[in-house]
Amino acid sequence: MSEIKFNDETLALVQSIIKRYPEGKQKSALLPLLHLAQAEFDGWLSAPVMDYVASLLNIKPIEVYEVASFYSMYNLKPVGKCLLEVCRTSSCWLRGANEIVAHIENKLGIKDGETTADGKFTLKTVECLGSCGTAPMLQIGADFHENLTFEKVDALINDWSNKTEHSKYLDNSTFRKN
Amino acid sequence: MSKKILLEHIDVPGIETLAVYREKGGYASVEKALKTMTPDAIVEEVKKSGLRGRGGAGFPTGMKWSFLAKPEGVARYLVCNADESEPGTFKDRYLMEKIPHALIEGMITSSFALGANTSYIYVRGEYFYIIKILEKAIADAYAAGWLGKNILGTGYDLDLYVQAGAGAYICGEETALLESLEGKRGNPRIKPPFPAIAGLYGCPTVVNNVETIAAVVPIVNNGGDWYAGIGIGKSTGTKLISASGHINKPGVYEIEMGITVEDFIYSDEYCGGIKNGKKLKAVVAGGSSVPILPAEMILTTANGEKRLMSYESLADGGFATGTMLGSGGFIVMDETTSIVQNLHTFARFYHHESCGQCSPCREGTGWMEKILHKILDGHGTLEDVDLLWEIQRKIEGNTICPLGDAAAWPVASAIRHFRHEFEEYVKNPAAIKDVKHYHNMHKLATA
Repeated sequence: MSEIKFNDETLALVQSIIKRYPEGKQKSALLPLLHLAQAEFDGWLSAPVMDYVASLLNIKPIEVYEVASFYSMYNLKPVGKCLLEVCRTSSCWLRGANEIVAHIENKLGIKDGETTADGKFTLKTVECLGSCGTAPMLQIGADFHENLTFEKVDALINDWSNKTEHSKYLDNSTFRKN
Repeated sequence: MSKKILLEHIDVPGIETLAVYREKGGYASVEKALKTMTPDAIVEEVKKSGLRGRGGAGFPTGMKWSFLAKPEGVARYLVCNADESEPGTFKDRYLMEKIPHALIEGMITSSFALGANTSYIYVRGEYFYIIKILEKAIADAYAAGWLGKNILGTGYDLDLYVQAGAGAYICGEETALLESLEGKRGNPRIKPPFPAIAGLYGCPTVVNNVETIAAVVPIVNNGGDWYAGIGIGKSTGTKLISASGHINKPGVYEIEMGITVEDFIYSDEYCGGIKNGKKLKAVVAGGSSVPILPAEMILTTANGEKRLMSYESLADGGFATGTMLGSGGFIVMDETTSIVQNLHTFARFYHHESCGQCSPCREGTGWMEKILHKILDGHGTLEDVDLLWEIQRKIEGNTICPLGDAAAWPVASAIRHFRHEFEEYVKNPAAIKDVKHYHNMHKLATA
């Protein structure tokens, strides 16, 4: 395994993010840094990656673990290249979320929470993503796919079957360099 | 007639850019506030406006601002709550995506009023594409001199930053949000002290919702009295309503407070009636936390008057026959909807989102989900329905933060108004199969 270290561009961004908080309050940068780490290190947070983030902020590893395990967007296990997050709460349920989940399960041959054998897709049902007026919906990386039909889901899966990169919530251009 | 204040220019091409936003009068409130008003005068206008917190609690904004402690030499913070996560609510996302500068302008004017020199917008992490939009808008505002040092040559300095959450409904609770902003788990704090005394980094802090902050702009521009003249009674101004579910036109609508619920559901200007010509069965009017009401109760108060879209009218009758305006997350259900199944999605949600600090909420939300699952699996008993009632009653009022109440109210109201549906599932499990069959077969076919 290669050394765990952000690339230079990300490291510069990390320094810029830390400056957003008062002197001595650098721990505030933890959530954004974990997002950057997940995006750069294959879509999940391993213990060594979390230890690295702790070292960047000069905090104890346990302070990182307890945060990473609290928030649902941090993956503490490897996930497929494409993480399909399907909303299932009320408004999406009213407009067919269960059927979307069943369709994906049938198409990919996996259940909720599982990853396909080729490591391409992980299916995860999630709670309300604030897309109730355009339900049913699913999220891949930062992108919301709304007013879903089986055809739209099929097209997305087809599209992602051919991609090699990981789905990401953000990249180095998301946060402003202040 | 719809009354557009926040969304007046929503359809103007390019309104998301600083240039077009400026052409439409954007940032006038910053000029007016910084050059011609004292911070106290702005707080006074917001008090006069009658503006109430638009995140769900409805607490008077001017009063909240006036509680802010101002000890000498201690930083004060304004934090915008953009952790929009209440099921059924998507208005803040709409506002930030379409008119990001409306929020940034509101943050500058409000920060000046509160004496904050550093402010944060805490956005739920799932909205990363919105974060990108806000970061671009903030960069443009800095470049144009609306943010940074010595804004408009007045000597006022303000830095504005976006903070990303990472998936936790509880961070919409203001003290949990502050914990999260400090890089910790989102566990709500015990109050007092309130954030106005000891908030972010222990400093005096105001936390306001996106829509609340955006409403400060027209209030400063036109005066508190002008705003107070819009709406009805103590429900002044306009409200963004997120409409979803079985309606013809889901979406975000800006309404003047005081229109009838009936008009909102059936008028073509708003929801456009129930989808597929079905009948209305029930409505959750203010986001998942507020009591669900059957059609006749949401349309008409116990006194036989038409119910209005306002804080007071929606709450009329208390929880026996009323509900709450909440966040304005308006979820409409047609006659085919299983109230028990819908409740199960809510119970699962609150179980998932409980932070785990208080045992009544941590344990109770799990038990409520399990019992509903048991009933929907065809193994429920009449005692289970009573047990559900008992559990919700023991959560309500017994937790540090309002998530416990929010988890209890949907269960209580579903049993209060639809007990027959629970009992039918217990006595005749075949009825559940029919409902599930309906949902499986027909929901997407009619999409």
